[in-house]
Amino acid sequence: MPNVKMTVNGKAVSGSVESRTLLVDFIRNDLHLTGTHVGCDTSQCGACAIHVDGKLVKSCTMFTIEANESEVATIEGQANNDGSLNFIQQAFKDHHGLQCGFCTPGMVMAALDLLKINSKPSELEIREHLEGNICRCTGYHNIVKAILAASGQDTSSIAAE
Amino acid sequence: MYNFEFKQPKTIFEALTALKSDEAQALAGGQTLIPTMKQRLASPSILVSLSGISEMKGICKNDDGSISIGGGTTHADVANNPNIFPGLITLAENIGDAAVRNRGTIGGSLANNDPAACYPAAALSAGATIITDTREISADDFFQGMFETALKEGEIILSVQFPVPTLSSYQKFVQPASRFAMVGVFLSNFDNGTRVAVTGASEEGVYRWSEAEVVLNNNFSEAALDDLSIEAEGMIGDIHASKEYRAHLVKVMTKRAVTNAS
Repeated sequence: MPNVKMTVNGKAVSGSVESRTLLVDFIRNDLHLTGTHVGCDTSQCGACAIHVDGKLVKSCTMFTIEANESEVATIEGQANNDGSLNFIQQAFKDHHGLQCGFCTPGMVMAALDLLKINSKPSELEIREHLEGNICRCTGYHNIVKAILAASGQDTSSIAAE
Repeated sequence: MYNFEFKQPKTIFEALTALKSDEAQALAGGQTLIPTMKQRLASPSILVSLSGISEMKGICKNDDGSISIGGGTTHADVANNPNIFPGLITLAENIGDAAVRNRGTIGGSLANNDPAACYPAAALSAGATIITDTREISADDFFQGMFETALKEGEIILSVQFPVPTLSSYQKFVQPASRFAMVGVFLSNFDNGTRVAVTGASEEGVYRWSEAEVVLNNNFSEAALDDLSIEAEGMIGDIHASKEYRAHLVKVMTKRAVTNAS
């Protein structure tokens, strides 16, 4: 079986995988980092969203071997060094941007990606960037609000009616 | 998914050598092929990844003003490149979603020729040239019906050369679950006329709407399209939209393309 090595959340890891092993399965089953979720396994839902070499990708739609020698970031690496929630996670908590929490790891990774590209996104830009992430609880409203707040912007424009 | 042997060539030559096997299939960004393999609709025994070939990536402006986009260039890289013209930027930044755009490539999209994919409309409308390892194919000859192209076994798209239109626009009516085009219209204006390509609508895949081109060449306005009618016959009809609805959308989206051309 092919050998792979990569850096996951700053830590060097390696393993032996089948060619067909999806990156999300390597992360969950081999590395035991189960914060990255499999919602649909058909590239629709974004619960498996992670960063590979700084780019947002769906880890259910990439082979592990394609991430050989890459820098991978998952939700487990996003908290502050002291273990407290990072600014996006805290904003999700403050604004009730989650209910069941299943989509949240992917949402947080997508939000981080957006704020890296665009530090002050509009409501529309946030909604567009989350097109590949499905949430079945919140109706997205409070997720958008959390990301607006995390980027230091006024959230009154999208206050609940 | 069935297992396969995975090859990661670093050069075009190595990739072509690996693709000589009957069992080999090229893998670009994988945003269509991987889901297809999960469903066992494809089960190649050798997969040849093109994503490690740096000479197939990137965008450059040519001396004649045209733009060359490497076959392995992602949608995100096209959307964010300053040399790209307006219609093509709109198209690239609205394919799938942000994560898909970081993996999917122009070469993969054109080679697959999904009848609802966006890129075939741009290539056909702008009169692009598809450059493979053996030849140059004009877009008019490249697309040969649903999922069919002029590509031969083992032939790969190295780059795509786009003439730059004076005006362009891409208008997509999104199928909201898949983000593919229910109907998408790409319009390009050149000094010698307008070219209109339609994706998502026809059972024959992407096509040029020549009647619209004729009337727009006489009078480049929304109103010029008023008297044209489109037959529902030959359109795709499915749970998302009937043949009649798609036929209707073709005209609506073409009008929007005229209004928004820049």
